[in-house]
Amino acid sequence: MELYQKTIHQINDLLDKKEVTVAEVTQAVVNRINTVEKATDAYLSLQTDDALEAAAAVDVELSGRAQKTPLEGIPYGLKDNMCTKGILTTCASKMLYNFNPPYNAAVYERLSEDGGILLGKTNMDEFAMGSSTENSAYKKTRNPWDLNKVPGGSSGGSAVAVAADTAFYSLGSDTGGSIRQPASFCGVVGMKPTYGLVSRYGLVAFASSLDQIGPFTKDVQDCALVLNAIVGHDSKDSTSLNLKKIDYSQNLKQGVKGLKIGVAKEFFGEGLQSEVRKSLEDAMAIYKTLGAEIVDVSFLHLDYALSAYYMISSAEASSNLARYDGIRYGFRAEEYNDLIDLYKKTRSQGFGDEVKRRIMLGTYALSSGYYDAYYKKAMQVRTIIKADFDQVFGGCDVLLTPTAPTTAFGIGEKTSNPLEMYLTDIYTVPVNIAGIPGVSIPCGLDNNGMPIGMQLLGPILSEETLLKVAWAFEHESGLTNLKAPLGTEV
Amino acid sequence: MSLTREDVTYVANLARLEFSEDEVTALAEQLGAVLNYAEALSGLDTSKIKATEHVLAVQNVFREDEIKSCLTNEEALANAPESEAGCFKVPRVME
Repeated sequence: MELYQKTIHQINDLLDKKEVTVAEVTQAVVNRINTVEKATDAYLSLQTDDALEAAAAVDVELSGRAQKTPLEGIPYGLKDNMCTKGILTTCASKMLYNFNPPYNAAVYERLSEDGGILLGKTNMDEFAMGSSTENSAYKKTRNPWDLNKVPGGSSGGSAVAVAADTAFYSLGSDTGGSIRQPASFCGVVGMKPTYGLVSRYGLVAFASSLDQIGPFTKDVQDCALVLNAIVGHDSKDSTSLNLKKIDYSQNLKQGVKGLKIGVAKEFFGEGLQSEVRKSLEDAMAIYKTLGAEIVDVSFLHLDYALSAYYMISSAEASSNLARYDGIRYGFRAEEYNDLIDLYKKTRSQGFGDEVKRRIMLGTYALSSGYYDAYYKKAMQVRTIIKADFDQVFGGCDVLLTPTAPTTAFGIGEKTSNPLEMYLTDIYTVPVNIAGIPGVSIPCGLDNNGMPIGMQLLGPILSEETLLKVAWAFEHESGLTNLKAPLGTEV
Repeated sequence: MSLTREDVTYVANLARLEFSEDEVTALAEQLGAVLNYAEALSGLDTSKIKATEHVLAVQNVFREDEIKSCLTNEEALANAPESEAGCFKVPRVME
């Protein structure tokens, strides 16, 4: 196995034994980027020269020390909606084509303090709105398992960077599935933590009550390591939870004996690809052999989740994106008559079609006369969905579902019908509405060799259990650190 | 739920956006389809249900009113399309 193909914990073993240097590891992944990035287009900008320089500095730092921290000297990618001082942060939008943030996102600050090595900023759907990364104003990212297919979205670039071995891990953001769905499409591990567990400071806001940052990794153990590094209270995010830190890798390998794994028919409905269903059934069989109990659970109101999600997220987006007016930063239209015209021309030229659609939908849902019917109603439905999950978790420890109804679809296949695109999020959005954590891990391949993802969900702050359950499957099935059939020369 | 072209133009003005004739037609159809789908919500009786704005019991977070370092004037203006005399510059708003 090449150096760039390894997991974080495998690299750490080699670094601890002084068999490789951080400079060698970084050079290996930079070479990999030089070889395959032109085919996958995962990154919007690369900082590989700075990365190599930082790697050499970490080697010097480590030479005088016996112990390193788990992410020290490990090269990674960051979704381009997390602020990086001195490095453009565009949200894949023309609106922020020249935005150089005056401060760092809390997660970037933490990883930098940990000696992390930033390789670049990854592509995404504009302002994280989309399910295929096709809404980027700059480029189309391709799925390394089939370059004619989408990587999923909105964190498509972050998923592909890990799947194509052009980063050891990456961070994405998940508002309605934007980490889990691309992880599923690209055959990697992706986690959305409990709302409030990771600071959102410096994450460009899409829907503030739903947004959460989380990791993409090559296996479950790496997911625990990255989670360890990014969780924690931040006084700059008023929704940040102030809890005692735990080590998510500590109980990873304890097994699932006696655990109740719930399966709900509502997650296996119409439109589910038959191979996805089969793969999930195989996973249930594996859990049974490991001593877990598979129990039937049932939701009462899950059908309403997607509608509520698109109302809440669009309403919050229309409010959050009001700040892009061409005055303080970002794009400004060249020709306009007066101040109002400047706003209109700037926003109409700076935003892409999907972002404008969501702003319109959200503005409509918040406008006088419709507020009660759409926005307030959606907030009430959120109460119902939350109660529905509470009821379900009364009967099981974790819930096993498909991450998405299908494997990755073709580039251009769903761009003409927004509603059809929205329906690809049907199994992921209820999780954000309830604020609970969820992780997607690979559980097989379909007949075309495309990865299938399974989603594990648990109550608020059940990350440790989720990772334990995920690790048990990964270990037993051997579906770990999967390699896309992407050659060394493409 | 169908959306008229007038509805689209009205909301566009609220959102400080403008669209071509063709875009208005397309938006009326696309937003209409999404709103139609969301109509399902009206089938659920929520008259006695409290709205959840946030999944966690969030409260206002206060801190002591102490002077701390923050962005300098230059840093705050560094990304502005136009600035003058330490201020953001906008087109004339009063005659």
